Amino acid sequence: MSIVFEKTSFLTDTSMHYCPGCTHGIAHRLVAEALEELGVKGHVVGVAPVGCAVFAYNYFNCDMQQAAHGRAPAVATGIKLTDPDNIVFAYQGDGDLASIGIAEIIHAATRGTNITVIFINNAIYGMTGGQMAPTTLIGQKATTCVYGRNAETNGNPIKVCELLATLTGPSYIERVSLGDVKSVKQAKKAVLKAFQNQIDGKGFSFVEMLSSCPTNWHMTPTQATSFVSNEMQNMFPLGVFKEVE
Amino acid sequence: MAEKKLMKGNEAIAEAAVRAGCRFYAGYPITPQNEIPEYMSWRLAEVGGHFVQSESEVAAINMVFGSAGAGGRAMTSSSSPGISLKQEGISYICGAEIPCVIINMVRSGPGLGGIQPAQCDYFQATKGGGHGDYRMLVYAPSSVQECVDLMYTSFDKAEKYRLPVMILGDGMLGQIMEAVSLPPMRDLNTIPKKKWATTGEGFGDTRRIINSLYIVPDELEAMNIKLQNIYDSMAVNETLVEEYLVDDADIILTAYGTVGRIAKSAVDILREQGVKAGLIRPITVYPFPTASFQKAASGKAKEFLAIELSMGQYIEDVKLSVEGKKPVRFFGRSGGNIMSPEDIVAFVTKENK
Repeated sequence: MSIVFEKTSFLTDTSMHYCPGCTHGIAHRLVAEALEELGVKGHVVGVAPVGCAVFAYNYFNCDMQQAAHGRAPAVATGIKLTDPDNIVFAYQGDGDLASIGIAEIIHAATRGTNITVIFINNAIYGMTGGQMAPTTLIGQKATTCVYGRNAETNGNPIKVCELLATLTGPSYIERVSLGDVKSVKQAKKAVLKAFQNQIDGKGFSFVEMLSSCPTNWHMTPTQATSFVSNEMQNMFPLGVFKEVE
Repeated sequence: MAEKKLMKGNEAIAEAAVRAGCRFYAGYPITPQNEIPEYMSWRLAEVGGHFVQSESEVAAINMVFGSAGAGGRAMTSSSSPGISLKQEGISYICGAEIPCVIINMVRSGPGLGGIQPAQCDYFQATKGGGHGDYRMLVYAPSSVQECVDLMYTSFDKAEKYRLPVMILGDGMLGQIMEAVSLPPMRDLNTIPKKKWATTGEGFGDTRRIINSLYIVPDELEAMNIKLQNIYDSMAVNETLVEEYLVDDADIILTAYGTVGRIAKSAVDILREQGVKAGLIRPITVYPFPTASFQKAASGKAKEFLAIELSMGQYIEDVKLSVEGKKPVRFFGRSGGNIMSPEDIVAFVTKENK
């Protein structure tokens, strides 16, 4: 008998709390596989956010810190400057990163701090039960915009990659999707590059992953991935927004 | 003979921090403590440390969270409005048991208030400040030398108890220039290793997790009891107080920080005038030197006078310690105004007529 597939060693054996059909599990695996493939075991510190991924410290098999809501880039900055040889990453959702933590992500990016940030954009506050997120689409329903997001009363969604790409500091910014297999494979490449950049000392690297939340979108998992591949990608186009060679 | 230099309070405390092994500082400009980040910006670079002028006070305290969580000696400083912004982070730091140092050069409030000295952050510093059930070890130095001495041991204390130490100064202490003896540069190799710190080697069973989330009530209660036990042991081992001419005193003046020093001068003047005055000056305001007050309250003292640059915060701890055995009166200024020793003398002699 030969082993044809193994769980990456950078994930623990702890059962994940994520809902059926949620793409956090895929995102976790991509990050963990990248860390394993880059051979950085024993030199990694991750930062978990507040939100659905708050328990990420139970899943990533490395030293972890759990940050206050939105502050993961600041916490990661402190960790990186204290041990510059370690690979330091922050894993954040859209409420955490694009709303309460927008100042921290912009300034970590503009300082060019040599960290890797994984941004899970599922256009909703999942952990608290489906409130409107800074990235909720126009027309998309949430518990705090029950008739659908309306620009006049609820404001417009934020495009974080486009925003950060205006800055001089970042070395790499890419938006990927977890909506289908081909996109997931591209996402893996982006995560690898974002960590390789840090190893190479290139500075701030950022990967946004368009993700699904079947529970709070009130969809089946397949409807949800279809929503990611269609509606979300229309609003948030995929691609590399910045890359410094 | 120790090296002696004429230094501003803010600069002296920054140098003492560096000599104590501080290698990470994050902060945001606010008067009257700007000399601390300014000094750190070039001084830390000289010793291989890192300085970050953060985007906000909120970011600064969270950078300290990360750095100290990774095992470094990290600190931040600010003044009242900025310290309010740090409270969320301080609560997380207490919940995650991260040792670090926070300096508050207090200015007058509330709101934007003013930039002159005050002690109006007493409740915030000694009763918790942010959300949740926590305390810090809070030092209240009264001279630049005491700032240096307390700063120098603060990281050791923070690491011993795994909590933040706050140095509660005021605008006057930060700005005043005095001659100070500086301690030697701490050899970083003599600082005990922290097994709990996220230094990156963790894998499998050796993973370190810095976290303040306890979703199971019994686990969180156990955590709160553990913290309370730490505070109790701190009260036994770390309480510091200066007692001056207390034994035969009829009236006990009591004040902390800069005001403690002013009150000490008032005691000398009162004694010259034949009034038997004494002084209790807490050097730690948390833990509070309750025993000194209990002893004086059970002895010869007829009354206490709590003197503070706030409108009746410090007096609450004095009253709790005196336990109603003797009257406790109040003399305070606020808004950035400071009483002189003569003001205190006038208050005491007028009230005693």
